[in-house]
Amino acid sequence: MTSAESALQSPEVGTPVLSFDHTQMTFPDGTEAVRDVSLNISRGEFVTIVGPSGCGKSTLLKIASGLLEATGGNVTVDRDRLGYVFQDATLLPWRTVLSNVELLAELHDIPKVERRQLALEAIETVGLSGFVNHYPRSLSGGMRMRASLARTLTLKPPVFLFDEPFGAVDEITREHLNDETQRLFQSEGFAGLFITHSIAEAVFMSTRVMVMSARPGRIVAEFDVPFEYPRKPELRFDPEFAALSGEISRELRGSHQ
Amino acid sequence: MTITQNDDPKISTDDDGTGPNHGEPVLRGKKRRRSAADFARQFLPPLILGAVIIGAWYYVSYGLLTQERRFLLRPPHEILQVGFLDWDHFSEILQALWSSTRVALIGLAISITIGFFLATIMSQTKIVERAIFPYMVMLQAIPILAIVPLIGFWWGYGTTSRIAVCVIISLFPIIVNTLFGLQSAERGLHDLFTLHHASRLTRLRKLMFPAARPAIFAGLRISAGLSVIGAIVGDYFFGQGAVGIGQLLKRYSSRLEGEELLAAVIMSSALGVTVFLFFGWLQNIAIGKWHESSGADS
Repeated sequence: MTSAESALQSPEVGTPVLSFDHTQMTFPDGTEAVRDVSLNISRGEFVTIVGPSGCGKSTLLKIASGLLEATGGNVTVDRDRLGYVFQDATLLPWRTVLSNVELLAELHDIPKVERRQLALEAIETVGLSGFVNHYPRSLSGGMRMRASLARTLTLKPPVFLFDEPFGAVDEITREHLNDETQRLFQSEGFAGLFITHSIAEAVFMSTRVMVMSARPGRIVAEFDVPFEYPRKPELRFDPEFAALSGEISRELRGSHQ
Repeated sequence: MTITQNDDPKISTDDDGTGPNHGEPVLRGKKRRRSAADFARQFLPPLILGAVIIGAWYYVSYGLLTQERRFLLRPPHEILQVGFLDWDHFSEILQALWSSTRVALIGLAISITIGFFLATIMSQTKIVERAIFPYMVMLQAIPILAIVPLIGFWWGYGTTSRIAVCVIISLFPIIVNTLFGLQSAERGLHDLFTLHHASRLTRLRKLMFPAARPAIFAGLRISAGLSVIGAIVGDYFFGQGAVGIGQLLKRYSSRLEGEELLAAVIMSSALGVTVFLFFGWLQNIAIGKWHESSGADS
């Protein structure tokens, strides 16, 4: 496991910051969730895994973050300041947006003044400055997700794991959040591993898309996404975008049979 | 509050000073205008029913009971005169009420301390929870009258025993509700704390206890009411030391002092209501801003 320092001090694109090496996961009940997944993600990369529901995509993230222990293979990543965005916003309902965003810095013992500063910056980055004193229950689903993103940003994590974070919001909000995520990817320079079952979302944000098969989860195809950043919303209507999406979709359907 | 949402001073002024403005002054204003009608709708029905009950009371006192048997139910104005407006009687009731309130509060404080402690360790270790829980249920199931003699043997017939009754009667809801609350934090939130290497204590302080607050307050309200009942029941049986409301009720009933008896009953009920309202108010202060149940009750 590399230390936090080395991860931060290796700005060159191409250094792997997260790697799965023949990762296996078989649950105690005998379900084989992940079979022999090998995958390297470097700084400057945004990798998305698409796959049918229940194919073990989320399991991979849980293994990467240490929430689950793999039954085989190796995972190398710096877990000290790992960014993890959950399916739900997982905000603490009794805290305002500001103090929710401060939470992780608090758990990492960052001094109060600095914590406040980091939180306000992150809140501004996701465009929630007008809502610092709101409680989560008065925010929309999309805004809660933004607060959740801001909370993760305060740690300036070198690696960002996204576990289908935008699955529960409506289409328009989702596209906005996709825009913002790729913008953040550009400005913050983290390495991203994103899980989704939306092909459009995957192609729009990623540098690389991996297709995962249904149980046991294996990586069956890999696509490089050639489009330049920053990507414009209109890209979604580009013929090349459609062609790539079509190819991925075919793979996905093939793997499902 | 470092950043204000609303820049317009005309609408952002919070004229009643009840708290921070959350940027919906227009809505709040509407709410306040409507509340006069709401007030009538909420309080008129019980007032009318109250008048009907008092009318029926007079009918029973004067219409159904003969002169000799009127002591069974004195008319309301006599209760007011003898029980409340006669200072000798009323101060006697107030003193007893204060004595019982003190017992109830001490008992409640002990219950809260023991209850929080037990619920916390039960939430940390499943084995402890499994070990303790059946006995808690058994303790809860014992009718208080059945162990009153035992309590008297052990702690005498004074204040200690009165407090013991309060504790026994009010402990269970605190433990059960606190434990339920501590276990109510969502899985995802626990994962978040796990990911960021939170210690047990941090998890307890920053996640489990805050998440438990609504349930804790629900338990407190129940236990506070029970503690008042415990103080009165305990006082009824244990006569040594300061006279509480239980002793007073006993005395009045043995002397057939109907007016004082009813006045004491009304004041006991008032004490219970006060305690209930107080904890409701406290709950609103503590969690009103974020919890769904806020404002749903008073």
